[in-house]
Amino acid sequence: MKNNIRVLRNERSLTQAQLAQALEVSRQTINAIEKEKFDPSLPLAFKTARLFNLAIEDIFEYEHVE
Amino acid sequence: MKQTDASSTGWQASNTHNKRRVSVWVAAWVVSMAMAAFGPRFLWDFNTALTVISVLINLALGAGMIMANIRQVKGMDEMQQKIFLDASAVTLGVGLIAGCSYELLEDIRLIGFQPEISHLILLMCLTFALSLIVGNRRYQ
Repeated sequence: MKNNIRVLRNERSLTQAQLAQALEVSRQTINAIEKEKFDPSLPLAFKTARLFNLAIEDIFEYEHVE
Repeated sequence: MKQTDASSTGWQASNTHNKRRVSVWVAAWVVSMAMAAFGPRFLWDFNTALTVISVLINLALGAGMIMANIRQVKGMDEMQQKIFLDASAVTLGVGLIAGCSYELLEDIRLIGFQPEISHLILLMCLTFALSLIVGNRRYQ
């Protein structure tokens, strides 16, 4: 799943650690999500969207993989 | 958006507390295991009542250790839980397959010694540790 969390985070001058703290996850998890190695759960995606005051589809883009 | 110091948060503090709690339970369980194993021979000369009590204490501390471990896993974030789950699945599979094969080797006389449960536990511990390392590297 594609996402633009890194861009949104940089726009708000947040570090990975600060974002992780706000979302109550580890910094490693934020890093993995930004690198698109780990897809967050729906609750974490909603939490992220709420934090950035955006809709989920403005942050995450689903890619169908065959 | 509010920016705060990331050095200590409620979630991180809770995680650290859970890890410490597991460490304490594991240490207590290991000590009780040693007492149950060596106490009868070296401390109370196979007194049945004391031996039964030491075994019951060992089991009770083992149950506490399991509960503390469950609490720690529940406190992890979702990626950490996935890494832990994957490592547990690999360890369970390796333990089952290796345990059955190891027992079979003795039955069909391919090895000349009695299989030891400690060998299986060591293999499972190494498998779990290796699986955690691989899992963490996969998401780096």
